[in-house]
Amino acid sequence: MEDIFQGYKGKALEVLKKFNVRVWGKTIIDTTRGEFRGTVLPRAENDDDQHIVIKVDTGYNVGIDIVTINSMKEVGYSKATYKIPEKEFPYKEGQPFVKLLGTGGTIASRLDYRTGAVIPAFSPGELYGAVPELADICNLSTEKLFAVFSENMEPEQYKALAIAIGKEIENGIDGIIIGHGTDTLSHTAAALTFMVQNPPVPIVLVGSQRSSDRPSSDAALNLIHAAYTAGHSDIAEVMVCMFGPTSDEYGFLHRGTRVRKMHSSYRSTFRTIGNTPLATVSRINGVKPIIENYNHRRKDRKVNILPYFEEKVTIVYYYPNMQPDIIDSLVDNGYKGIIIAGTGLGHINKPLYPAIRRATEKGVHIYMSVQTLWGYAHMYVYDTGRDLMAAGIIPAENMLPETAYIKLGWALGQTTDREEVKRLMLTPINDEITKKEPYNGYLVYQGGVPEVEEFIKKVRK
Amino acid sequence: MKKSPSSTKRVDPRKNYLATRKAIGYVDRKDAKESDYQRIGFMSGLEVHQQLKTKEKLFCRCPAGVFHSNNNYHAEVIRHMRPTLSELGEYDGTALMEFKTKKEITYRLNNATTCTYEIDDTPPFPINREALEYALEISLLSKLNIVGEVHITRKQYLDGSIPTGFQRTAILGVEGEIQISNKRIGLIQLSIEEDSCREISDIGHKRIYKTDRLGMPLIETVTHPECLTPDELREAAEYIRFLNRSTGKVRTGMGAAREDVNVSCKGGTRIEIKGVSHNRWIPELSHIEAFRQWALLNIRKVLLSRLSNPNSWSTTYKEIDPKELGIENETLLAMHEQGYVVVAALLPHFGGLISHFTQPGKCFISELTDRLKVIACIEKPNITSPEDIDAPLLGNDTAILESLLKADENDAIVVFWGPKEDIPTAKDTITERCQMAFEGVPRETRRPLPNGTTLFERVLPGADRMYPDTDSAPIPLANDYIQRLSKNIPTDVAERYKQMKEWNIPADTHSYLLKKNLLPVIESLVNLGLTGQFAGIFLGHRLKFVEGQVPAHPDFSHSRIVDMFKFLAANKLDKSLAKLMLPVVYRHPNMDFESVLTSIGFKRRSKDELLAPVNYLVEKFKEITICNKPTPVTTQNWVMGQLHKQALGNISLSELRNSINKNVENN
Repeated sequence: MEDIFQGYKGKALEVLKKFNVRVWGKTIIDTTRGEFRGTVLPRAENDDDQHIVIKVDTGYNVGIDIVTINSMKEVGYSKATYKIPEKEFPYKEGQPFVKLLGTGGTIASRLDYRTGAVIPAFSPGELYGAVPELADICNLSTEKLFAVFSENMEPEQYKALAIAIGKEIENGIDGIIIGHGTDTLSHTAAALTFMVQNPPVPIVLVGSQRSSDRPSSDAALNLIHAAYTAGHSDIAEVMVCMFGPTSDEYGFLHRGTRVRKMHSSYRSTFRTIGNTPLATVSRINGVKPIIENYNHRRKDRKVNILPYFEEKVTIVYYYPNMQPDIIDSLVDNGYKGIIIAGTGLGHINKPLYPAIRRATEKGVHIYMSVQTLWGYAHMYVYDTGRDLMAAGIIPAENMLPETAYIKLGWALGQTTDREEVKRLMLTPINDEITKKEPYNGYLVYQGGVPEVEEFIKKVRK
Repeated sequence: MKKSPSSTKRVDPRKNYLATRKAIGYVDRKDAKESDYQRIGFMSGLEVHQQLKTKEKLFCRCPAGVFHSNNNYHAEVIRHMRPTLSELGEYDGTALMEFKTKKEITYRLNNATTCTYEIDDTPPFPINREALEYALEISLLSKLNIVGEVHITRKQYLDGSIPTGFQRTAILGVEGEIQISNKRIGLIQLSIEEDSCREISDIGHKRIYKTDRLGMPLIETVTHPECLTPDELREAAEYIRFLNRSTGKVRTGMGAAREDVNVSCKGGTRIEIKGVSHNRWIPELSHIEAFRQWALLNIRKVLLSRLSNPNSWSTTYKEIDPKELGIENETLLAMHEQGYVVVAALLPHFGGLISHFTQPGKCFISELTDRLKVIACIEKPNITSPEDIDAPLLGNDTAILESLLKADENDAIVVFWGPKEDIPTAKDTITERCQMAFEGVPRETRRPLPNGTTLFERVLPGADRMYPDTDSAPIPLANDYIQRLSKNIPTDVAERYKQMKEWNIPADTHSYLLKKNLLPVIESLVNLGLTGQFAGIFLGHRLKFVEGQVPAHPDFSHSRIVDMFKFLAANKLDKSLAKLMLPVVYRHPNMDFESVLTSIGFKRRSKDELLAPVNYLVEKFKEITICNKPTPVTTQNWVMGQLHKQALGNISLSELRNSINKNVENN
């Protein structure tokens, strides 16, 4: 049965029932603050039970305090259906076939009254309705694998995605797009890099930083860039496709292992760390590789799907005064792998050493990454580093902490043999460890410096 | 090469313009009577925008009220806007039109006034409570029903004036009223909202904005369309302005208050004239707009008499090479020369309507040229016609086009041009606007010009562009909070008018006193023992005069005037001295009053001291007078003239006069 009091609870619900007014009912409300007229709207679950929301004629929403209500009268009813216009996605001869796998996220979205937030719209028809330009790029089909928020993407989903990608490749698809929330986009990108090896087609993860319910959203342009990359690019790798600058200009393609979300809200939040991005992509110039050495698109359908993951793996972010019981309790709780994000070149304090030694003895695999994000763990530089390695910690070179976490989970999903795990961890699959860090791999400009200001003003971000 | 004109009989555009102007009964505003407005069913209302005087912006912590010149910026950001659905699942008409225009929007950012919020790279911070409180006070003053919970809503603007593509706005109250001289005007609602960017330029497909004003708190008071003459409309606008200013919590100065004027005539439609920055422009703008609609309705009538089924109407477009056709018009040749596509259009049944009067100095072709500029992004001039009232195509050219398009005298011909990629939109635009002529008055927003005419700006948006702001939580307004606020609101403006009458303050000062929110100052002066009339005249005449003569000092506030009168009273100095002190106090508000006295050359004198030279002066007058025989009156006047300056402030002038008169009589 349909909920005619959608989202209302407690006292507000009592008031609606008392005056026999439904959600979507047009109503006249007499209150101690005067008369209000409008259509009763559903209420978000987390909002209080002291107010009733109506939409007035001018399109605005207002809340009425129930303690001020003398009476309510329903004088009509008109339910709104929020729907992105669905148009059949047109087939165009000669265009590449691209599959969009949905996981959630905000590529296209509609309003959710339950939470007051936005929920994704997804079918090809809906996407075509919202971003008609897609039809000039590829023949698009979609499949909704899950509908979860980014933070709920977990190993189970990584594996399912990898398997689904394998199937699509087998079926002859020309490129794959994965729609994803941005918070853990890079974790999934790393997982897929390890689980889907040597793919013959581009696998492009894409999200948006501004939901598509706003006119200035980056969703449409990101999707257009991703579709272009998936359908036309020669780069057959797992990539993240998001805004390059914050302006609506071009996107970056980042390798799934070296990319990180670096700002909580900027559009240009995704950055390749310790290297340049793989390529730029724009509607005008297409895909322009920056790194020349990449995995090329192939006609064959060979791909190595390795959907493994050990969930008892964790990251420990080191801080001064960390107590050894942190490590001890992880060991006691059955953790099999630990990535430490150490200070500087890969350090932690002395009191932790016995705990590390104990963990190693118990068979826990511990790898050292750096919380500076840029640079390598160089554990030979100081004695402390040498002591740590003696205690069993293995430096993970310049692997990003999150990537190292995903990789260790993936490796331990396959074997617990120390040497084999070490071999898997330290043999790069796609640049999670690079032989060198180029000089332009670390560019965090600081504002206020005249030449930087001049650059920003001239070149735009 | 010349072709012999096969010309059909065409109207003379200028004559036709004048004839149609007369036919619809247009009268200039200075000659318009109330009956003229009744005849055309003039109806109008207002949306009054007023910036609030807060330190910070509405949804971020950037300073409000700091402005930059166009080239003072640190970075630029580019955006394109695309329409999204409203909450009720509809695309908005304006939104689709703006999308059609495919504009590239550039924002110029200055770090002093812009953070990541303005460029939509961070979600909103909680609403500025100072702004909310000011807006609620004004809502209470406007006798609105205050909402129980404030819901931030997004109102779509795809013109790029807001980088998010929407304005965050919320209703604070509905259904209030104001009392103007002879009636009450109902208020629909009052909302609080963030101000938009300021436009720097808009050329072709590129538009540039700066973000200094963006996000400043603004309120919008919307009236019902209950003003039935342009004068009533202006009065309502003034009233709302005075009401807002009476709180002392709103900004003043250029652009701080802007009106959108909604006008319709009988059978017309609501047209919104946006961003009128001077109330004195309102009467002329609304007058002309009502008659523009009246003219469009006449065009509709003519069209329907010629073609009963408008659905069967269609246009023919032909891309032409003017040179090859032997056309002599220099504009057409030049446009084609520079690579533009030139299109000739046959508009069946529009003969004589292209030059039909719409606004003073404008005819129907203005409706077309404006839309070509805005929708197809083709800079003006972009169209001409044999019926153009300013630069018509001449006989030969017309004849060539007539034969090309097979036009007869009932048909009209227009020729437009533009970059190749804009031509499809241009054709759609012309067809669409002509089809709308059969309906009457298209719903649109229009841009005001100082001469009282208006330009097409956008298709009028509807309620379909509203969407709840999913980034902010509702804000409850509890009863005790509202009650506390209502105890502190200033006196009603209608009440203020009554007060001024009771005090016998001359009517010519009323607007000024209200505009500058000086009634509270008058009250303070009355509390010091001055009469309301004296205080009113002092401020309404003297202060106003000084403001016009003396450069303002940023530290000057009206409380300084109250202090000045307090000082005079405390020092037993006469109030007449204030008149001389005011220019100094206005220019140097931080100078202490003793120094002000010195600077105006005042010296403290007792009455005896002042009167001491009277005898001497009487004798002196006898010596120097050119009259044969000085009378007591002329003597008294002359002596008075010699002494009154020194007496100012020491004793009242009437007392001085009495003493001199007595002295002279006794002499």
